[in-house]
Amino acid sequence: MMSRILTYRELLLAAIIIVLIAVFAYRAPGFASPESLANIFNDTAILIILALGQMAVILTRSIDLSVAANLSFTGMAVAMMNAAYPGIPLPVLILCALAIGAALGAINGFMVWKIGIPAIVATLGTLTVYRGMAFVLSGGAWVNQTQMTPIFLDAPRTSVLGLPVLGWTAILVIALIAVTFTRTVFGRTLYAAGGNPTAALYAGINVGRTRFFAFMLSGALAGLCGYLWVSRYAVAYVDIAAGFELDTVAACVIGGISTLGGIGSVGGAVLGALFLGVIKNALPVINISPFWQMAISGLVIIIAVLFNARQERRKGRLILRDAAKQRPSLVNAQAGGAAA
Amino acid sequence: MSMLTLEKQPIRHIPDKLSTPMGRFFGSWEALLAAVAIAIFIANSFASPHFLDPWNLSDATYNFTEKAMIAFAMTLLIISGEIDLSVAAIIALASTAMGAAAQAGFQAPALVGIGLGVGLLCGAFNGFLVARIGLPSIVVTIGTMSLFRGIAQIVLGDRAYGGYPTSFAWFGQGYMSDFSWWPALPGFEVVTVEMVAFVIFALIFGILLHWTAFGRWVYAIGNNAFAAQFSGIPVQRTKFALFLLTGVMSGVAAICLTSRLGSTRHTIAAGWELEVVTMAVLGGVSILGGSGTIPGVVLAAIVMGLVTFGLGLLNVPGIVMSIFIGLLLILVIALPIVVRRIRSKAAA
Repeated sequence: MMSRILTYRELLLAAIIIVLIAVFAYRAPGFASPESLANIFNDTAILIILALGQMAVILTRSIDLSVAANLSFTGMAVAMMNAAYPGIPLPVLILCALAIGAALGAINGFMVWKIGIPAIVATLGTLTVYRGMAFVLSGGAWVNQTQMTPIFLDAPRTSVLGLPVLGWTAILVIALIAVTFTRTVFGRTLYAAGGNPTAALYAGINVGRTRFFAFMLSGALAGLCGYLWVSRYAVAYVDIAAGFELDTVAACVIGGISTLGGIGSVGGAVLGALFLGVIKNALPVINISPFWQMAISGLVIIIAVLFNARQERRKGRLILRDAAKQRPSLVNAQAGGAAA
Repeated sequence: MSMLTLEKQPIRHIPDKLSTPMGRFFGSWEALLAAVAIAIFIANSFASPHFLDPWNLSDATYNFTEKAMIAFAMTLLIISGEIDLSVAAIIALASTAMGAAAQAGFQAPALVGIGLGVGLLCGAFNGFLVARIGLPSIVVTIGTMSLFRGIAQIVLGDRAYGGYPTSFAWFGQGYMSDFSWWPALPGFEVVTVEMVAFVIFALIFGILLHWTAFGRWVYAIGNNAFAAQFSGIPVQRTKFALFLLTGVMSGVAAICLTSRLGSTRHTIAAGWELEVVTMAVLGGVSILGGSGTIPGVVLAAIVMGLVTFGLGLLNVPGIVMSIFIGLLLILVIALPIVVRRIRSKAAA
């Protein structure tokens, strides 16, 4: 039943994206050409990767608002390393980006897991702290194209079979995440911890630790995107990707990842990101000012939340009726958990 | 607040004897904040010789008065278990509407009406989606934050509105000594219009939250919305009213800020939602709902104003200040949790 709703939802979203592309292609014939579509996918690659990290966190009933700030700090850090020590091989730098990002994510995760700060507050705080640290690290200076090594800049742009490596990276991440979420213990734990934390606790799942690793995953992917972003746009400065955390949440919400936790699929998150990517790339093509983009994505988020709520309510009715009866048991379980 | 529902409730201990009102005050969050405010005040006056200048201090109040006005309404909203992240975007939209009206030749009273009206409409939209349709407020207001500021961006693009009528400047730049009835005592000449507005709104919200039935409803809803519903409290209507209030107060802040800056760009008040939430939480409002006080938020506003002003006197750049604000937010939430845990361990 659940999987049928989800497939239905993803098919619907995919159909909407195809209709959108068809409409835009009608206005501007080149829009649906393979090169143009590859370009849109490539342009959306970073959003897709970030949205998958965000999805892991949202599945566990949390939210990570610090991804864009993490991206900015990590991007600045690797760009400065590359500028200062051009001899460091690229794989080492990418590992560094993953490690720095994961460390920043781990800080979020630690606060949520061990101190018990609500995720939204913890990451709202680290959002400003990480971006401020990017400023402190760079002193407000930019790292320009001329300071970075050619291989650092060219790696994500190298075209393989018509798609740049950046796009292939996104495909690789999608595949890895899809396998992780559906075929590994950690992936199923994410769903269990978010779907019903009390039941998960009784099943021997450490909900807090699961959240910690979700934040770390989100951080590591944000770190990777830090490198990809800086290399793609050939410049690193403090304000890169400002406000991008909202786009990642939007992609998840549009893709049907429930903010109540435990519901959502990798395909949904990817399609949600692609939906935003298609709109972003289509606006200039159909002569609408890019200034419209923010309002449109806001409207799309609201519509998507409305849509999600309708679907969740349909199956939620029976549970709600017993909510009053369930509450005491939940409290007991938590008190028991705290004592143990 | 769907993402926050799982957090563990603290186990309530019933003390053997009730503490005295005096003892309660000294053990309270407000007393701690007051001590911090005094400490920062003293530290600032040592750090810079210009700090104690009355006009300087008067200017420093602009650091918090506008944000605090929103924080008062946000306090009630957070206590009721909801949140509004779109407040800064409402400022941007209201300011844009006022700018457009000023261009069309409207005078100050009409501009004020438009600012309040836009705030009210935005609040009603948020309230409708959360209270009426029942959507989670965090996600809804992230959406409307993008929508409201996006509309401002569509209207303004990369341009700016200016040319506000001179009478409009009174709200953000005026001094109370402009009135003949204002006492000409030493020190009173530096009191700004915004300061008086801050005090009046603090009193209004303090009375509303602590001395009216409506205020008790807000606490009841935040502590247990189910029980509140069964006790006959109109839960959804109260929440709707709180979103309206937050919208209107964002409109008030928009009027003050626009009047003070004299121009509107689509980036106006960027990031304020974070500072407003920080202010409320620093003031002792539980982010999970159910507890918090207006005096606490007033003190928190003053503490934040003093910190940013002091750092500004020391030539610390704005983005580094935001690190302090972010750390402050995390610390004030983490500290009570850690202290409580240590205490309960010591008790056990």
